[in-house]
Amino acid sequence: MLTIRNLHARVAGREILRGIDLSIRFGEVHAIMGPNGSGKSTLARVLAGHPEYEVTAGEVTFEGEDLLAMDPETRARIGVFMAFQYPVEIPGVNNAYFLKAALNTVRKHRGEEELDAMEFMTLVRDRMKQLDMDEDFLNRPVNDGFSGGEKKRNEIFQMAVLEPKLAVLDETDSGLDIDALRVVASGVNAMRNADRSFLVVTHYQRLLNYIVPDVVHVLSDGRIVRSGDKALALELEDKGYGWLEQAVGSPVRELR
Amino acid sequence: MSTPTETVEQLASRDYKYGFYTDIEHEMAPRGLSEEIVRLISAKKQEPEWLLEWRLHAYRTWLTMKEPTWGNVTYGPIDYQNIIYYAAPKKRPVLQSLDEVDPEIRRTFEKLGIPLDEQKLFSGVAVDAVFDSVSVATTFKEKLAELGIIFCSFSEAVRQHPELVRKYLGTVVPYSDNFFATLNSAVFSDGSFAYIPKGVRCPMELSTYFRINARETGQFERTLIVAEEGSYVSYLEGCTAPMRDENQLHAAVVELVALDNATIKYSTVQNWYPGDKDGKGGIYNFVTKRGKCAGVNSKITWTQVETGSAITWKYPGCILQGDNSIGEFYSVATTNNRQQADTGTKMIHLGKNTKSTIVSKGISAGHGQNTYRGLVRIAKGAVGAHNYSQCDSLLIGDKCGAHTFPYLEIRNSTARVEHEASTSKIGEDQIFYSRQRGLSTEDAVNMIVSGFCKDVFRQLPMEFAVEAQKLLSISLEGSVG
Repeated sequence: MLTIRNLHARVAGREILRGIDLSIRFGEVHAIMGPNGSGKSTLARVLAGHPEYEVTAGEVTFEGEDLLAMDPETRARIGVFMAFQYPVEIPGVNNAYFLKAALNTVRKHRGEEELDAMEFMTLVRDRMKQLDMDEDFLNRPVNDGFSGGEKKRNEIFQMAVLEPKLAVLDETDSGLDIDALRVVASGVNAMRNADRSFLVVTHYQRLLNYIVPDVVHVLSDGRIVRSGDKALALELEDKGYGWLEQAVGSPVRELR
Repeated sequence: MSTPTETVEQLASRDYKYGFYTDIEHEMAPRGLSEEIVRLISAKKQEPEWLLEWRLHAYRTWLTMKEPTWGNVTYGPIDYQNIIYYAAPKKRPVLQSLDEVDPEIRRTFEKLGIPLDEQKLFSGVAVDAVFDSVSVATTFKEKLAELGIIFCSFSEAVRQHPELVRKYLGTVVPYSDNFFATLNSAVFSDGSFAYIPKGVRCPMELSTYFRINARETGQFERTLIVAEEGSYVSYLEGCTAPMRDENQLHAAVVELVALDNATIKYSTVQNWYPGDKDGKGGIYNFVTKRGKCAGVNSKITWTQVETGSAITWKYPGCILQGDNSIGEFYSVATTNNRQQADTGTKMIHLGKNTKSTIVSKGISAGHGQNTYRGLVRIAKGAVGAHNYSQCDSLLIGDKCGAHTFPYLEIRNSTARVEHEASTSKIGEDQIFYSRQRGLSTEDAVNMIVSGFCKDVFRQLPMEFAVEAQKLLSISLEGSVG
């Protein structure tokens, strides 16, 4: 479904990704791990089309199409979703209104009927229940005044409503307590199926106890230095990123 | 790749779709202003002597006045001798019915979405259509007359109901009020008049639609609304003008009088031609609007959505004279490209337990400059007066500006006055976030802007709230990049 070849990208003149190769098939869950500054979040943002990130080389195809040639909204409409590491607050814009507009844009693109207010509410109530969310959530402005945990939960809720083909979760676990983490993970697991893939970016192995990946990649200094199954994550947890540094013979740098 | 700021800016510069010109013959006064011109206008309208005298007093007063310079706006000098003060469509017999409206003018209003045809209009809205200096049609007159409601052009009111006009004209905005109001008092040509008798709730929206068409003319209309004891009326005003390279002056006066227990809601959707993106052309909208809550428990609400005009200079205010009277001001003012707005309100508390609410939302995009200027005055005798003001500014892009000048004059220690203000910016991160959910930049901006304005939009009558929202998105088109 997603193929990344020799991807180089920079932000503010600094090269962050230095040749990423990665392939995700339908139904797979891939985890990207690595120390701070290794390029994990950059990879997520480049896939979503963040305007501040410039691709200098390489290609990305999504279901055979050139993803990098598309603007961010087109990527979203064909089914690429990113759960933000820092969800953005939009004061004055009602959460439900925002999500309904987004959903109907996506549905229109897919050639599906737009949902009216009643149908939308039915769908949304169902998803909220799964994520153990309160309905008053809907009437609050998008992320405005939300706690860190609420914001992250809102991201997963939006994902559950928009039903993307590929979901990129950018450090969705950061700032979550263990209960919230469980809720978020069960939301993700409920959506796993043979047609939907996930790219889970995380600093800690903890999340992967709940969202069990098919493949784990370790990113270092803008390159994937090791890929393996879920055991790799446990090994990292055990030995730390320093262990890989010695193993691959290149520094696994802490850039920040 | 274009930055979000550029996109916002592009979004804010869509074309003005009302910029066409209707080719009809006009009857025009000679250029310039003199006592003769004032007499000519009065004669054209077959006015009684007292009204001519009133105009002449105004004219003579105006000669002694200076154009105000305190507004936070800049523009070149206006040559008042180079303006045509009266222009009327020719071939205008006294209309017996709506069918007799000149077909060209009828088509103009149809193009503007205002069919002068009672069947085609929004049901529940009566329209007075003013074309340059004269009113060309008023709909639903008979139906309203059954309830004793008078809704007609100002000229007609002078002819048919001189006692009412004479009783109230100038009682809220005296002819010596300010430079532009005084000019208007001397040369005003037409406008709307509404009178709601005691205890009557007006069953439909009353609406006036102003269209400037002729070149090099000014539009000086005058509106007077009187709501008798216990009556209610909701009134809406809309306006457009052709696109022209030169600036045109619009100096209107609106006076509202609410007697005991009466309520007047006055809403404006102002869409005069704003000039092009470099600031060439556009209307100078220098308007004096004021309402007097003369009676106890009376209420006046001003709601304005200002999207057009090169320069807007207006402060719809309320004189809260009756005890327990209420004044409200809800405003959205948008400036894009080179537009400038200096607008706000005046709330003058005279009576006991009077209450005022001010909600002002300023949106600046492009090189637009937006100023809120508001006065809250609580007089000595205004025991228990209460004011709440909220002034919010939204910036789109980084070349625009927002300014706030609140003036508070409190002379009674029992008064409660609250003021809140905020400034925010549509951030690139908000736009990217919305796009990542599938929304276009334009939709994202519109959504944020309407979220910002919703406290004001909800004050507008339904159909017009929708219209206002559309207008706002057009006037901001091209402002995001």
